[in-house]
Amino acid sequence: MTIQRRDCLTWLSALGLAPHSIAFASPDQAKLAIQTLVGDKIVQTGRVILDIPPLIENGNSVVMTLQVESPMTQQDYVKSVHVLAEGNPLPHILSAYFTPRSGRAQVMSRVRLAENQRVWAIAQMSNGSFWRGYADTLVTTSACTEER
Amino acid sequence: MTRPLRTIVTVPPKATRGQLITVRALAQHPMENGFRHNENGQRIERDILTDFICLYNSIEVFRAKLHTGIAANPLIEFNTLAIESGELSFEWRDGDGLSTIAKARIEVV
Repeated sequence: MTIQRRDCLTWLSALGLAPHSIAFASPDQAKLAIQTLVGDKIVQTGRVILDIPPLIENGNSVVMTLQVESPMTQQDYVKSVHVLAEGNPLPHILSAYFTPRSGRAQVMSRVRLAENQRVWAIAQMSNGSFWRGYADTLVTTSACTEER
Repeated sequence: MTRPLRTIVTVPPKATRGQLITVRALAQHPMENGFRHNENGQRIERDILTDFICLYNSIEVFRAKLHTGIAANPLIEFNTLAIESGELSFEWRDGDGLSTIAKARIEVV
């Protein structure tokens, strides 16, 4: 009988001995990534609506809709939106760059979520101000690190 | 260099001037995040699409940076204003700089 790595890890983790080979991003890492984005600017709360289902069965493909309230004119529009996850191996998920010709600052995509976590969305407006929103999710089947 | 990926883009064929249209772009790609291991315990190399760019008659209207947190076969849905008849071009680039381009026509009345 051959011992599979998978079985081995399962038993080890049952005994509380599993090696933590993948370091998950901590909330601190996501905060650091946000800090890098915004610099010393103040991030205001609001205007950003991040829509992720509150309960997710499979973290491998989660529909995420992101909308930023803005008139989207030449003088006042959303420049970019960055999505950052607190509980993924790497915090960055997606950055979207809009133009006044976008008409509406909205983007939808499918994302991976590794565990129960808070996902942040940080928007930068054309006047340089930053706004944020977040979504909390519960994930039953993790993405990212499952074996093939 | 080009990398042939299977892509599907959905653009309304007709629109009125100034109308907000919704555009969907899908590419077939594993978005291998580099954290997984195969059955022999070897790490699978990272292979992701990193950039997505949409041009409307050669003018950039939308761009996105994709990271490891994007699911396999990345789908991106966004909006743009129908300004004039012409062509929308969609480009995906991977970490090695290889790209795939898809195009769609729109008639604006």
